[in-house]
Amino acid sequence: LPAQSTHADALTASNQATTRPITTGTSVLGIKYRDGVMLAADTLCSYGSLAKYKNARRLLGVNSNTLIGASGEYSDLQSISDLLKANALEDRCTADSLYDEDNNEECAGEVWSYLRAVMYQRRSKMNPLWNDVVVAGFRQETDGRTSDSPFLGVVDKIGTAYEDDVLATGFGGYIALPLMREKFRPDMEEGEARALLEDCLRILFYRDCRALNRVQIAKVTKEGGVLVSDPYELDTYWDFKGFVLNKGELGTDGGW
Amino acid sequence: MASSGSGYDLSSSTFSPDGRIFQIEYAAKAVENAGTALGLRCRDGVVLAVEKPLQNKMLVAKTTGRRIHTVDEHAGVAMTGFVSDGRQIVNRAREEASSYNETYGTKIPPTTLAARLSAYVHYFTLHGALRPFGASTLVAAYDPATKKHSLHMVEPSGVSYEYFGAAAGRGRQPARTEMEKLAINPKTAGGVGSTTTEGMESLITVADGVKQLAKIIHSLHDEAKDKPFELEMSWLSEGTGWKHAGVPRNVIKEAVEWAKKEIEEAEEESDEDDDEMEE
Repeated sequence: LPAQSTHADALTASNQATTRPITTGTSVLGIKYRDGVMLAADTLCSYGSLAKYKNARRLLGVNSNTLIGASGEYSDLQSISDLLKANALEDRCTADSLYDEDNNEECAGEVWSYLRAVMYQRRSKMNPLWNDVVVAGFRQETDGRTSDSPFLGVVDKIGTAYEDDVLATGFGGYIALPLMREKFRPDMEEGEARALLEDCLRILFYRDCRALNRVQIAKVTKEGGVLVSDPYELDTYWDFKGFVLNKGELGTDGGW
Repeated sequence: MASSGSGYDLSSSTFSPDGRIFQIEYAAKAVENAGTALGLRCRDGVVLAVEKPLQNKMLVAKTTGRRIHTVDEHAGVAMTGFVSDGRQIVNRAREEASSYNETYGTKIPPTTLAARLSAYVHYFTLHGALRPFGASTLVAAYDPATKKHSLHMVEPSGVSYEYFGAAAGRGRQPARTEMEKLAINPKTAGGVGSTTTEGMESLITVADGVKQLAKIIHSLHDEAKDKPFELEMSWLSEGTGWKHAGVPRNVIKEAVEWAKKEIEEAEEESDEDDDEMEE
């Protein structure tokens, strides 16, 4: 199937490949901490420059111990989420035993690898899912037990898979990631990690034109599994002299 | 004894002069000779139990040849008869459940699932080139929309009904008799009204249901004649968050111990009665 067709062919073209994202989410931030992994994202889906959907969920649990978050095309995130949830359900139904403790649910690392394959396949057909997807959870030991070591990875729209202790997609890569890398320690407490992520989201709201101060935080821990918070507003501070005072009062050259 | 087919039983697309389709009846026979499968709709959930005869001493009995399968989070299926036929019905049920979820965004309602399986099984009774399924399936499911749990059974002919208690396989007649004695019918248990809260509250719980089904299966099993068997049980209840899951192994063990004790005591009593009568 041709990936692109000219306008004249549009009437007779059967399928057109993705050329641009329409309804988009901005940065997703991820960080490992002492008890597990934490993700953060705002709840905005932009329609170009219109802040269209202000309560959209971009952090989703796909099985009892894996969390995903994505930036980019929201409909593609919904499709990916449906796909991963359907896989998790099928695994649960077709498992070897009727007892949960006998079965091994797909762990985050496996979900990440699977997603890499899916994204790369789509890009090879010149019809990508237009997302950067962050996958958070735990790895699995070779004997099937859930590992103690947390897992955090990202897959981009062309199928690049990368894992690290701190991750950010989109604008977050420029603004938040340096801050997160500076502050990261493997044994960070939950409160510390959360404060760091909230601070980064606030800064992103200041600097990213497609961001919002209504945010969600989500975490995966060994005991608690996946927990996604309800959205809440971040306070922002606009009392900077440069905003409040007239340019002439600043004591600089007056802005000329 | 059923009358001989004599020519009208070669294809499931042929009626006999007295209005029967013998192939379907023969398929039902395959189920009648197989291990007993039981389902019980209780106050707070549904319990499924299957007697799994062990064909071979070298089978890994606990895990292989499963007869109860999860079809979706909120639905489970037990089958008996030709297990390979039953597996096909289970696979179809999984497809139906997942495609319904993908299309409508909600879990497939129990009646819809039973109706879809019913239509599927029935299809195989209409074509000369196909044979009917030699398996009965008991479907236990929960409807999150109406918050009601239910039990359906689909037979090889393609009929499906909703039941308070359902039995298929070898021991279905005595099993039905035993089940009727249990408080599972809201009309008779509660006295007034069908599914009014009053009627429902007097029904037995799944915990009791597990014990009763264990007792029924063990009492039907003839140590001398029948092969040794493995008891598979699953439930779908308020306690499991309305998710289909295996009954925990220790719970089954306790239920079986209780069942064996009850059966022994019942036998002793009837022995005493016999002695008294002789005098």
